[in-house]
Amino acid sequence: MTENFFLDNQDLQFRLKQLDLRDVLEIKEQGYAYAQEYGTAPRNYADAMDNYHLLLEVLGDICANIIAPRAAEADEEGAQFIDGEVEYAAATQEAILALKQADLFGAMLPWKYGGLNLPETIYQMMIDIVSRAESGVMTVFGLQEIASTINEHADDETKDYFLPRFARGEVNGAMVLTEPDAGSDLGSVQTRAFFDEEAGTWRLNGVKRFITNGNADVHLILARSEAGSRDARGLSLFLLERDETVRIRRIESKLGIHASPTCEVQYDNTPAIMIGKQRFGLIRYSMALMNGARLAVGAQAIGIAEAAYREAYSYAHQRIQFNQPIAKLPAVSRMLLSMRAEIEASRALVCETGIWVDRLKAYEHLQSQRDKSIPDLRQKLKEASNLADVLTPLTKYYASEMGNRVCYVAMQIHGGVGYMNEFNIERLCRDVRVTNIYEGTSQLQIVAAIGKLLGHALDDLLDKWAAVDYGSALDSLKKQLAETTMLFKKATDALKEKESDIIDFYAADLADIASFVVISWLLLQDALVSQRRADIARVYIGEHVSKINALGTSIMKADKTALLARETILAEQF
Amino acid sequence: MTYNSIVLVKQVPDTRTVTGDVMSKKGTMNRSAMPAIFNPEDLNALEMALQVRERYGGQITVLTMGPLKAADILRDALFHGADNVILLSDRKFAGADTQATAYTLKSAIQKIGDFDLIFCGRQAIDGDTAQVGPQVAEKLNLPQITYTESIASMDGDEIIAKRAFDLGSEIVKCKLPCLLTVVGSADRIRPASARKRIENKLAAIPSEYPAIVEKWAEFETETALAAYLTERNLEITVWTAADLDVNEDQLGLSGSPTQVYKVNYVVLESTESKEVPPTKEGIRELIQELIQEYIVG
Ligand SMILES: Cc1cc2nc3c(=O)[nH]c(=O)nc-3n(C[C@H](O)[C@H](O)[C@H](O)COP(=O)(O)OP(=O)(O)OC[C@H]3O[C@@H](n4cnc5c(N)ncnc54)[C@H](O)[C@@H]3O)c2cc1C
Repeated sequence: MTENFFLDNQDLQFRLKQLDLRDVLEIKEQGYAYAQEYGTAPRNYADAMDNYHLLLEVLGDICANIIAPRAAEADEEGAQFIDGEVEYAAATQEAILALKQADLFGAMLPWKYGGLNLPETIYQMMIDIVSRAESGVMTVFGLQEIASTINEHADDETKDYFLPRFARGEVNGAMVLTEPDAGSDLGSVQTRAFFDEEAGTWRLNGVKRFITNGNADVHLILARSEAGSRDARGLSLFLLERDETVRIRRIESKLGIHASPTCEVQYDNTPAIMIGKQRFGLIRYSMALMNGARLAVGAQAIGIAEAAYREAYSYAHQRIQFNQPIAKLPAVSRMLLSMRAEIEASRALVCETGIWVDRLKAYEHLQSQRDKSIPDLRQKLKEASNLADVLTPLTKYYASEMGNRVCYVAMQIHGGVGYMNEFNIERLCRDVRVTNIYEGTSQLQIVAAIGKLLGHALDDLLDKWAAVDYGSALDSLKKQLAETTMLFKKATDALKEKESDIIDFYAADLADIASFVVISWLLLQDALVSQRRADIARVYIGEHVSKINALGTSIMKADKTALLARETILAEQF
Repeated sequence: MTYNSIVLVKQVPDTRTVTGDVMSKKGTMNRSAMPAIFNPEDLNALEMALQVRERYGGQITVLTMGPLKAADILRDALFHGADNVILLSDRKFAGADTQATAYTLKSAIQKIGDFDLIFCGRQAIDGDTAQVGPQVAEKLNLPQITYTESIASMDGDEIIAKRAFDLGSEIVKCKLPCLLTVVGSADRIRPASARKRIENKLAAIPSEYPAIVEKWAEFETETALAAYLTERNLEITVWTAADLDVNEDQLGLSGSPTQVYKVNYVVLESTESKEVPPTKEGIRELIQELIQEYIVG
C-alpha cells in the first residue's frame, strides 16, 4: 500500500461519512439534473459522496507521496525574489504542478466553468489534507477561493472570461487587502481607485503589503473608489490582471510558511474592473471573501496540527526514558490525548460551520433565481446566514489557537530534539504561528463574533441539539452539558449588560465558552456512533467543563477592576 | 502535427513488496499475498505518451493482454488521461511466452491501425525479460529505441530521444512510426486526475457489470447499465482471439517455444530479525553489512 493522507486519516473519513449534505446538494446539483449534461456530475446523493471520497483519495495520494516528502526542502529553499519576480521553491513548483495535473484547482467552481461544483465542506477537507503535507503551498492552492468570489459577485462577462482559466489551473489568484496602515482596520485602506473616463476603465494607485502570492495573475483588491471618504463605505472591490503597471517591490523574510511568497505590491495606474456594487467592497464582498478564507485557515491549522500530532505520537513511542517509551508516562499520554481530542473537536467544528456556509450559499442561489420551491426560504436563509456569521470567526479563532497549542505540546513531547532543525516539529511550530494572525487575528475574530454571541445567535442551534435523545449511557454527559449551556446563556446576559469597554475586555472569555459548548454538543452527537467517539466526548467535555465554569465565573464578576488597573500597572516605566 | 500513440502495459504481481507470506513452504506462490499492480516502467511509458500528447496533440490508446482482472490497470490508465483502452483477454492467449505475447500484441496493434508511436516499459517486473517490446517492433517491422529516458523533440516524421544506460547516455534520431521502450529513470507518472477518476469510475468490462449493478441501485439491470455506459463511452473494449486476424497456433501456450525446464524454489526460512536503531550510526552499520554480504554495492 502506498501512503495516502486521506485513507490513513480515520477522523477525516469519519467526518465525511457523518456529513449530511442532502439539502445542499439537492440545490447545488439542481436535483441531480447536471448529471445529464456533465460526465463528472453525480447522479444522486450516494454517487456524489462516493465522488468526494475518490477526489480526496486522489489528493491524499499526491499529498503523501509528492508534497510531504519535500516539505522540509520547500521550507528551506523557500520562495525567492529574483529580478523583480517571485520564484517558488522547486518542491513547491512540483506540488503546484501535481495539483494542477490532478484537476484540483478551481474545484469549487460550477460545472459550466469546468469546475467540480464542490461544496465548501469538502473543500475544507482538501485544505486540511494539503496543509498536513506542506502548509506554504496550501496558501497558493487556497487562493482559488478568489475564483469563488468572482463567481458569486461578478457579472457574467467577467465570469466567462476568468473562471474557465481558474478551473484549468492556468491562472492563480491573490487577495489584496492589507496596507502598511490598514491591517485589522481595513476601513482605512488608502489605495486609490478612479474612473478614467477616456479609457473607460477604473485605475488603481497605491501600495499593498503582506500579500500572499502577490505574484499571481489575477488580483482581487480593495481600494478607495470615493475620493475624500475615510471609512469602509468609501471602498469598492476590484479585479485586475497583472500587467507591467503592477510591481512586486519585495517579498518578506519570515518565521514560517517559507514556501508561500508574502509580497509588497505597487499599483501604478493599473486598469481594473469593479466587482459588484460600488462602495460595498469591504462591508459585503471582502467580508464574504474573508469568511471563506477564514474557514480555510482554520482547516489549515488542523492540517498542521495533524502533522504535529503524528510526529509527536511516533516520537513518544520510540523514545525510551526510564526504561520505557515516554508515551507510557501518564504526563505524556495526557498530552497526546488532549491533542488528539482537540484536533478531532476542531474538525467537527469546521464541518459544522462549513455546512452552514454551504446552506447559506445554496439558499442565496435559490433566492437570486427567484426560486420558490422551498416554502420557508427566507427563514432558512436567515438562520443559515446568522449561524455562518457567528460560527465562521469562532471556528477560525478556535482552530488556529488549537493548532498553535497542539504544535507547542508536540514540540514539548520531543524534548530537546524538537528544538532542532532536523526534526519536522520545529518547522510545524513556525508554520502554524501565522494561522491566528492572518485573515484577521484571533482578537479580530472575537470582535467579529461577539455581537452575534451577545445576541444569542447560537441558542436555537444549542436548543435543537439539547432536544436530541442521546440514550441512557450518555445521559450524565448530556446533563453536564445542559448545565454548562445554561451557564453560557447566563454569562452572555451578564456580559451584555456591561459597558462596551468591559465587553471588549472579556469578549475572549465568552468566545471561549461558546466554542467549548458548541464543540461539546457536536462531540456528544458523534458519541452516538461508537464507543471510541463516546470516549473522545468524555475526555473533551471532562477537560472543558471546569474551564467553562471558571470562565463563566470570571464573566459574571466582570467589572472595571482589571481595566482600571491596567492604567496603574502599565503606566509604570520599565 | 499531432501524433497518435499506443501504450503497451501489463498487470503484474507486486514483487517489490514481497513478504514472507508469498512463498509457501512447498515453494508455490500465494498470489493473494501479492497485490496486482501496474507494471512500474509501463507507467513511465504512459507518462511519456501523455507528454507527447500535451506538446503535439493526438490520441493515446492503452493496450494490455491479460486476465479480465487486468481491467483494473486500464481504468487506472483512464484516470491518468488515456483516451482509449483495450483489453486482450481470451483463454487462447494464456500461457504465452514473449514470442506469443508479442504476436498477439502485434495483431491487436495492426487492428488499431492508426499510430505514430508505440510505447512500452523496458521490462515487466514479473518476468524481467525486456523482450516483448523489441519483438513487437520486429514483428511490425518498425525501428525501435530501447532504454528511452526522454524525448528531446519530434518534428514531422522524425523523433530525437535520449537513451540511458548504467554507464552513460546516447541521443538518437529515428523515423516514425517507431517503438520505444522506456526506463524507470524517465519522468514518473503524473498523478491521476480527480476529474477523470470520477468520470471513469464506472468504466468496466461486461464481467464486472453484476458487481456494479449491485452497488448502484439506480441501475436496475445489467442492460440498463450497459446502455448508460455506452452512452458515456465507458465500456472497456475487450478483444478475444476471434476479434483479431491471427493464426491460433501462434497464440498462448501452443505458440510459445519457451519451455520451462526446471524451477528452483527459494524458500525463505530465516525467522530471526535484527533491530537497527534509526540513527545515522545505525544506518551506516546496516549499509556496511549489506555491502559486505554483497546485497548492495
Ligand atoms: C504571512 C502573512 C500573509 C498575509 N497574507 C495576506 C494576504 O494575502 N492579503 C492580505 O490582504 N493580507 C495578508 N496578510 C495580512 C494580515 O491579514 C494582517 O497582518 C492581519 O490582518 C493583521 O493586521 P496587522 O498586521 O496590520 O496587525 P494590526 O492590525 O496592527 O494588529 C496588531 C495587534 O493589535 C490587535 N488589534 C488590532 N485591532 C484590534 C481590535 N479592534 N480589537 C482587538 N485587538 C486588535 C491585533 O489583534 C494584533 O494583536 C498577511 C499577513 C501575514 C503575516
